[in-house]
Amino acid sequence: MTVQLATLGALLVLTAAIGLWWSARQGAVRAPARGAAAEGGLDWAEYGVALGSRTTFVQFSAEVCAPCRATARVLGELASAHPGVTHRELDVDENLGLVRELSVLRTPTVLVLDPSGREVARLSGAVSRTQAREALAAGERGAPAPHGVPEPGVANHTVTNNERRA
Amino acid sequence: MTTSGIDPRGPRFGAGVTAVLLAVVVLLGPGVPGLVVLTVVALSFLLGTLRGAEGTWQGALFKRLVRPRLASPAELEDRRPPRFAQGVGLVVTGVGVVLGLAGVAVAVPVAAAVAFVAAALNAAVGLCLGCEMYLLLRRLRPASAG
Repeated sequence: MTVQLATLGALLVLTAAIGLWWSARQGAVRAPARGAAAEGGLDWAEYGVALGSRTTFVQFSAEVCAPCRATARVLGELASAHPGVTHRELDVDENLGLVRELSVLRTPTVLVLDPSGREVARLSGAVSRTQAREALAAGERGAPAPHGVPEPGVANHTVTNNERRA
Repeated sequence: MTTSGIDPRGPRFGAGVTAVLLAVVVLLGPGVPGLVVLTVVALSFLLGTLRGAEGTWQGALFKRLVRPRLASPAELEDRRPPRFAQGVGLVVTGVGVVLGLAGVAVAVPVAAAVAFVAAALNAAVGLCLGCEMYLLLRRLRPASAG
């Protein structure tokens, strides 16, 4: 019984640790992932995405994803309140090739695109209104978000001139 | 069966009840009593997979005892994500039950431990581990389109 109690205690600690880590990551604005979108080499029109004149949010969603609905609502509201900002939802099952190419690992994942279609930031998990506004600001700057941790190699591609702001 | 959606607090409450049962299985350890409780949990997941989370006895408990005491939810949730999560729970606990019946006694508390973490996370912070894994699993399969 002692062993079982210790096991259950360890499981509770593990659960709390995962819960805290996951909650902190929800909707955090991060630097773009390496790939075609960050280098601006992607033809978004091919996927039915019409780019906004300021910022475009491309949201990858799945049918079995409850936070996708809430995120779509938040981003939809933001887009309709700001001219030049558009929001487009893509289903991961219908765009698996793109999902692989862009290293999308979970739903919802939101790519923040500049007017040329280049990825300037990304968020994953449920996005709050505050985080959506942060993402919009990051999109307007055209640079990785201040809290974002650039992946190794990010400095090597075309975003080099966009220094992170202090 | 409604298509309009379900109270999102229902599946989370149900996950909490399930987590308590799974904790009991962990405490019972390898053996017949643990196997019996895990089988009950697996059958509940089977019910949830077939009928949706609101169609389980935990869902009925929520509707009968908890929901009347709560204010109406801010928004309703699609019933498909919780139903998918029930399927993931069924796979994990089902493997434990099958191995337990086949004589691998230790599989019972191990499967219960894995399912416990998932259910407790769902109840506590609303994290649906099965839903998070969905795209990763989907990516392993060959692309049908796109």
